[in-house]
Amino acid sequence: MLVPSLKVQDLIEEIRGAKTQAQEREVIQKECAHIRASFRDGDPLHRHRQLAKLLYVHMLGYPAHFGQMECLKLIASPRFTDKRVGYLGAMLLLDERQDAHLLITNSIKNDLSQGTQAVQGLALCTLSTMGSAEMCRDLATEVEKLLLQPSPYVRKKAVLTAVHMIRKVPELSTIFLPPCAQLLHERHHGILLGTITLIMELCERSPAALKHFRKVVPQLVQILRTLLTTGYSTEHSISGVSDPFLQVQILRLLRILGRNHEESSETMNDLLAQVATNTDTSRNAGNAVLFETVLTILDIRSAAGLRVLAVNILGRFLLNSDKNIRYVALTSLLRLVQSDHSAVQRHRPTVVECLQEPDTSLSRRALELSLALVNSSNVRAMTQELQGFLQSCPTDLRADCASGILLAAERYAPTKRWHIDTILRVLTTAGAHVRDDAVANLTQLIGGAQELHAYSVRRLYCALAEDISQQPLVQVAAWCIGEYGDLLLEGSCEEIEPLQVEEEEVLALLERVLQSHMSLPATRGYALTALMKLSTRLRGDNNRIRQVVSIYGSCLDVELQQRAVEYDTLFRKYDHMRAAILEKMPLVERGGPQVDEEAKESKEEARLLEAAPVPTEPQASKLLDLLDLLDGPSEDAQHPRPLDPSPGGALVHLLDLPCAPPPAAPIPNLKVFEREGLQLSLSFVRPPETPALLLITVTATNTSGGDVTHFICQAAVPKVCKGFGGGLGTPEEATE
Amino acid sequence: MGLREPEEIQQQIVRETFHLVLKRDDNICNFLEGGSLIGGSDYKLIYRHYATLYFVFCVDSSESELGILDLIQVFVETLDKCFENVCELDLIFHMDKVHYILQEVVMGGMVLETNMNEIVAQMEAQNRLEKSEGGLSAAPARAVSAVKNINLPEIPRNINIGDLNIKVPNLSQFV
Repeated sequence: MLVPSLKVQDLIEEIRGAKTQAQEREVIQKECAHIRASFRDGDPLHRHRQLAKLLYVHMLGYPAHFGQMECLKLIASPRFTDKRVGYLGAMLLLDERQDAHLLITNSIKNDLSQGTQAVQGLALCTLSTMGSAEMCRDLATEVEKLLLQPSPYVRKKAVLTAVHMIRKVPELSTIFLPPCAQLLHERHHGILLGTITLIMELCERSPAALKHFRKVVPQLVQILRTLLTTGYSTEHSISGVSDPFLQVQILRLLRILGRNHEESSETMNDLLAQVATNTDTSRNAGNAVLFETVLTILDIRSAAGLRVLAVNILGRFLLNSDKNIRYVALTSLLRLVQSDHSAVQRHRPTVVECLQEPDTSLSRRALELSLALVNSSNVRAMTQELQGFLQSCPTDLRADCASGILLAAERYAPTKRWHIDTILRVLTTAGAHVRDDAVANLTQLIGGAQELHAYSVRRLYCALAEDISQQPLVQVAAWCIGEYGDLLLEGSCEEIEPLQVEEEEVLALLERVLQSHMSLPATRGYALTALMKLSTRLRGDNNRIRQVVSIYGSCLDVELQQRAVEYDTLFRKYDHMRAAILEKMPLVERGGPQVDEEAKESKEEARLLEAAPVPTEPQASKLLDLLDLLDGPSEDAQHPRPLDPSPGGALVHLLDLPCAPPPAAPIPNLKVFEREGLQLSLSFVRPPETPALLLITVTATNTSGGDVTHFICQAAVPKVCKGFGGGLGTPEEATE
Repeated sequence: MGLREPEEIQQQIVRETFHLVLKRDDNICNFLEGGSLIGGSDYKLIYRHYATLYFVFCVDSSESELGILDLIQVFVETLDKCFENVCELDLIFHMDKVHYILQEVVMGGMVLETNMNEIVAQMEAQNRLEKSEGGLSAAPARAVSAVKNINLPEIPRNINIGDLNIKVPNLSQFV
């Protein structure tokens, strides 16, 4: 006698009884084995129960794909119990990526046309959840028929299914547009709700549909008015508001229809005013409706008075004690900040207060809105507030806050000095969270403000002396000290208090940066270069600097080692050139990825190119090979070609090499063959009009005394160039 | 839009959501920007806390946030009516019924019906339909166990009537 299978509840009990993850897995695996066996045996009586168990197990995260075919069988069964579970299984286990999903199309078709209401409902639900485009195409007419069936239960589901079908197959809009007008006359709220969703979908997809549906604005206004004046009806009211869901949907549709359309906007004006003033705001439902109304008023061509009312309502909500209301108010204000900027500005103080909220959802919204509200007249005050926020805000908001402040500073900085101060403060507070280009931007800014060099270097020195852990700050400070070290030591500067700095202190600070384990390799590079530059800026002797530089000549970091060795060489062999090489940087043009970082290093990089052509060459010669293939057949595709360093070495950037073609350098003639008096040489010419073209001339010379006969010249072409085979010319005999 | 995530991703989303929601205090707003796994920035999580349970809805920007709060309330109240004072165990042991109720409220990612009475009436009708279809295999557990426990009188093994000896066969246990 067969052991009767576990009931669903019993299985759940067993699973919950498992004390460890491993035990649970064991129970489930055992049961799944039984279920699989049962599926194999094809027991129709218990199939629905087996699938129900499988779906539970699936919810816990265990694989259940072997139940997919059983869903099909259950859906095809005449019993409602079977269909219910089968359709649920289809929704949970099948989607358009599984081949099996198409197989239920036929069952759905049968159920839609012949099933009872409940069965039709199941089929529609499944179709709208996982129906693929092919399924939707096949079943569109069935669904269309159901739109006009007598049962409101089926009709409301059919309407929403239509929305899904249009999303999957937009051409079906033509089928589902005509019934909408009649459906709007329905009294059943469920059908109305679905119809409005359907109309919104149609309008959003096609401007023609939008125009068509503007006709129904008066009807919508009427429906909404009826809802407002119906009074308390237990059926659909939520805390005293009649069907707020339907009201909200109607208001949304009105927004879509009234946007940029005077006439429609006019028709709905009175109604919107009525809703805005009469809605009870003591409970959430009323607030939901009011919000939607406000958004609609602000989105359509409403009367000025109404707009003011709307923004004021939002402002009031910002002061509400309910956090949810404040959240939605902030979100709505953010949407308005472009179109009604001055109106939103009036609420700036409240928005700034919201920055102090402990609730991160709120403070995030407040931050976005605050940044959007910064303009040239309030930039100082706002930046102050935002800096304050930056100090205490949660980590996930820091990056956004920091870059927001920097962006605002860039756009609206009243003075350069203020700008530098602001960036400095951001780097000190949240250095680890700023974007990578902040360093480059700041050095660019400082470099360009000559009158502020002394001020900048002093402030940066002080900041660095306090804290060497914030990398962007350290990098900028090191750069500045290197560049303007002489100004630092001069002692006086009008802008801030006089600061007496000794040479030894400066060198010590830079050495600390070099040695600190907190410094990134890039930072160390900055510090070393700064030290080097100081060798020409400081008046004392350079022994200390020379010592440091020679120590780093054996550093494990290859980049640092290379620099140190080069600087050391500079001291020992090229001392006469040192001052010229290390003089002050010219201001580099802003723009593109080549900013100060590369420009500043360019001198070193030019040396790098000369010192180590090998690593760059294979890249470049591969590139030249590529170019050759485009040019045409060439015998010397295999011959390596030396890379000439480009003539203007100073500004070649390592980054450029792989991307841009190398400048055209003349290629010397090559003697490729010499034997028994016969010489073959190749000469290369790039016509100036078409630099991508390379003309190769083969010259055959007979230096022997006698004649050369039966001379055949053949060119071997790599397969890729087959297309370019023509144009070689016929083999010729050459006699001399 | 009809495409499920693979099972592992589904579970990851559930876990991430759980952690995000659990961190929330009780006096802050009910809206959470979604975690990294849930769609793009257009999605947010809206949740409500009832006793030991969190009901979390993931919605996009086309839904009214405050409206969803009410929708969650409608759903929970409907569960309460269908299960008669619903508790956590009801939801665990009747997860299929929870699905069926949810299917009457939200369909294809859109709000279908918010009238609680209609939803409850529909559920009751469908449950009655299921019960009426049930054969032996769906017989109420109580009936089966009642028959099992009937006190059958002792059947004598040997009935002696004068000279006749009738052996009564051993009847198998009623299973």
